[in-house]
Amino acid sequence: MNRTLLLFIAFIPLNSFGQALKIGELNSYKVFPAFLEPYKKGMELAVEELNSASAKFVELVVRDDGGTPGDAVRVAEELIARERVNLLMGTFASNVGLAVSNLAAQRKVLFLASEPLTDKIVWENGNRYTFRLRPSTYMQVAMLVPEAAKLKKKRWAIVYPNYEYGQSAAASFKKLLAQAQPGVEFVGEQAPALGKIDAGAVVQALADSKPDAIFSALFAADLQKFVREGNTRGLFRSTAVFNLLAGEPEYLDTLKDETPDGWWVTGYPWTEINTPEHRRFRDAYQKRWNDYPRQGSVVGYTAIYAAAEAARKAKSRDTEKLVEALKGLQMGTPFGAIQWRAVDHQSTMGAYVGQLAKKNGAGVMVNWRYADGAKFQPADEEIRKLRKE
Amino acid sequence: MTSSAVLLQLLNGLAGASSLFLVAAGLSLIFGVSRIVNFAHGSLYMLGMYVAVWLSGRVGFWAAVPLAALAVAVLGACIEASLLRRIYRAPELLQLLATFALVLLARDFALWAWGPEDLLGPRAPGLAGAVEIAGQAFPQYDLLLILAGPLVFAVLHFVLTRTRWGVLVRAATQDREMASALGVNQRWLFTGAFTLGAALAGLGGALAIPREPASLGIDLALISDAFVIVVVGGLGSIPGAFVAALLIGVIKAFCIGLGYSKLTLVAEFVVMAIVLILRPWGLLGRPQAEVRGTWTEVPIGRLSKRGAIAIALLALLLVVLPSLPDQYVLVLATDMLVFALFAASLHLLMGPGGMASFGHAAYFGLGAYACALAALTLHWSTAAALFTGWGAGALGAAIFGWFCVRLSGVYLAMLTLAFAQIVWSTVFQWDAVTGGSNGLVGIWPEEWLASRTAYYYVVLMVCSYAIFLLWRMAHTPFGYALRASRDSPLRASALGINVRAKQWESFIIAGSAAGVAGALFAFSKGSISPETLSVQRSVDGLVMVLLGGAHTLTGPVWGAAAFTWLQDTMARSVEYWRAGIGAVILVLVFARWRFSA
Repeated sequence: MNRTLLLFIAFIPLNSFGQALKIGELNSYKVFPAFLEPYKKGMELAVEELNSASAKFVELVVRDDGGTPGDAVRVAEELIARERVNLLMGTFASNVGLAVSNLAAQRKVLFLASEPLTDKIVWENGNRYTFRLRPSTYMQVAMLVPEAAKLKKKRWAIVYPNYEYGQSAAASFKKLLAQAQPGVEFVGEQAPALGKIDAGAVVQALADSKPDAIFSALFAADLQKFVREGNTRGLFRSTAVFNLLAGEPEYLDTLKDETPDGWWVTGYPWTEINTPEHRRFRDAYQKRWNDYPRQGSVVGYTAIYAAAEAARKAKSRDTEKLVEALKGLQMGTPFGAIQWRAVDHQSTMGAYVGQLAKKNGAGVMVNWRYADGAKFQPADEEIRKLRKE
Repeated sequence: MTSSAVLLQLLNGLAGASSLFLVAAGLSLIFGVSRIVNFAHGSLYMLGMYVAVWLSGRVGFWAAVPLAALAVAVLGACIEASLLRRIYRAPELLQLLATFALVLLARDFALWAWGPEDLLGPRAPGLAGAVEIAGQAFPQYDLLLILAGPLVFAVLHFVLTRTRWGVLVRAATQDREMASALGVNQRWLFTGAFTLGAALAGLGGALAIPREPASLGIDLALISDAFVIVVVGGLGSIPGAFVAALLIGVIKAFCIGLGYSKLTLVAEFVVMAIVLILRPWGLLGRPQAEVRGTWTEVPIGRLSKRGAIAIALLALLLVVLPSLPDQYVLVLATDMLVFALFAASLHLLMGPGGMASFGHAAYFGLGAYACALAALTLHWSTAAALFTGWGAGALGAAIFGWFCVRLSGVYLAMLTLAFAQIVWSTVFQWDAVTGGSNGLVGIWPEEWLASRTAYYYVVLMVCSYAIFLLWRMAHTPFGYALRASRDSPLRASALGINVRAKQWESFIIAGSAAGVAGALFAFSKGSISPETLSVQRSVDGLVMVLLGGAHTLTGPVWGAAAFTWLQDTMARSVEYWRAGIGAVILVLVFARWRFSA
């Protein structure tokens, strides 16, 4: 713990190269504002911290990518060609992340994908220039599976938004749970369109399949509709529910007194994490913004530090040197120490696994523990095969 | 499905249908009277939700519902009186452009006023729980919704058939010129219809808050549903909207109940395509009365000498563009050229063809995907892949156009939208071939064309040649025949012109040009995803054409360049850039209409 703390706070003079490290950040700020406004605040906090330690070490250029891959590629080109940034960072939706990652490989520019969850960005479509910070869909599913297997429920129903994130979450869950608990049955599957769930009908159809437990990858407005209908119709009374991401303040806070008790989720119980590194981050964030940190805040904050640490290790602004520096880089984060895996360029940042509960009319996470991302990975062999290296 | 499951899914469908009906009824009413395709109707619904959530924290849910409806009604009246009233006589769907600008403004306003997080409203006091039906729990509130639809329908029906105002509305819906000639004050009628329509949207939104959170994306998600219902039911027909809402609500609930939830993505558009092919005026609609003589289009002139010189100078400038030190200019210019071709191809349909297409992105996307697949899986050369895109766009347009030219006006536009959505959802779900929602990655031109400069020249050559051909077409015998078919189908066929065949040909030509644009787009971005053929892209195309002027020859090209540049600049320099674009579009709409009037 002490070592992480040291890494985190004690900067050697960073700015020994004269020029600032220019980070070009692009994200869908007006499409996913609930996640990205706190994310931006996290980034700005990190930049201020770094620059107060050594004058103008990091320069951050932020752009709105319009939320579509076509626009995002143009914005990334602008950052590369006109702003001449040292590296690209950001993106939210998986298709945008993949498009920018693909451009980064073509133009040979480092791309630090902070948020997109798709497995493909580090596996099938992985490339030398792309690194990803957040735990992938696969990792987060893998974190929930041990708890799911413990319950020994036989009949499972699955519900997920109908696009790549939901599809791969469902596929990974089925595969991993069947391995952990042979003989498990999947009795119902619902894939409503993203943002357009017809919650009444979906809850009804799930109930009709008489499951013992439900795995859900719903989030945002879909999740809220699902929870309210499920509560009214008594779907959750006798079924255990596992829901990816539902413990993140971005999604949990909107549920308020509807928060269902006992659901297993991945998330971020920001009030209760009292490790020194997290306390430091939380205090600084609250002091700077007069607001509490969300999951996005941690991601934005950590992404900036990752870029800074890479530059420090590389002692250069050169792309190839930055890439080599990021491979295997160890660094501190509000969640504890992480490593950037050389094999697939995925960071080992984890997530918190726990159960939902209501406290004073608001949702909180209880019985939580930190799931270290390093422990929820497929074998290196499998990954190499996927990356075709 | 057991019989109790069937019953409950039926009830679910009915509850969903009610809220859709409220919105669709308002939309239908507004269209019927004023012929305005109100894009902002979903935004009014969204504002109704936000206002209701906000108010229910202060005055309680039951008081918040009528107040929210009232607030949205007042807003609707203001919009009508201050904005739309000025452009009723404007040609070529300019009103649609204005309401699109309102969508952008409303979304950023909601973000500014209520923040980015979704707001889940309270449960309805007194109806918070569930009742037992056939052994299963069913929300009490949904029973209220099931009743609300028919109730509102009955009230509307009464107002429209038994009151003087209703008679006037129906008269104007059927023949607005005649109504005006008989001394009906159209101003008040239009304001009234728009206000009532807005109130219904606000009411629909307010009634929805116990079931779903107020969120920023709801506007566009809802407007396409509402359009579909209005068109399936028949434009301007309230009973039609009611039947269509029930039909689609129940079909969707059963898709889910039977385990085909993935079909909900496309079910309504399949229904719409089938209905329009079998019944061109919708289920209960009547053929649209012709609007007489409000606007006669001046024939498109040939390029003036001065215009030709200006274009030659521009071409020269474009050729020397790569010598600028800023390489990003090339990237932006590439996008502008691609979208200029896209807009020019749409213009062939909208201008000389007189057929508004709401689904032009389909051909753009088909071209992009065909080109990407040729390059990625078949490893064809860049040139061959570009030709594949051309062919795919033409083929898609040939198939869809064959059905579309049998319709006209808004029905035709909506059928193009239905086909585009069917293509979109196929691409979105066909993982094995199209890569699903993530799309296809790694589509770059061959090594010698891969640099920004080299590829820019490819795009410049292809686009300027294609645009030149499209422009020239306006003054070929084909172009004259097409325009004759638009201006007077009757006289044109008397002259021996096969009107449908000409229109079909124009579809194929426009589709192939859009396909080329899509293929060029794919190679310039290196990747494509279903977003390439989304509604949003079709709408962008419409905006570009309307911004430049559908009744001019070169306008759409300037419109495309201006819109692309505006988006690029606004997104970089303005915090609320959507609202910024909306405001600029509004200003341009009024300036253009002033100018041309």
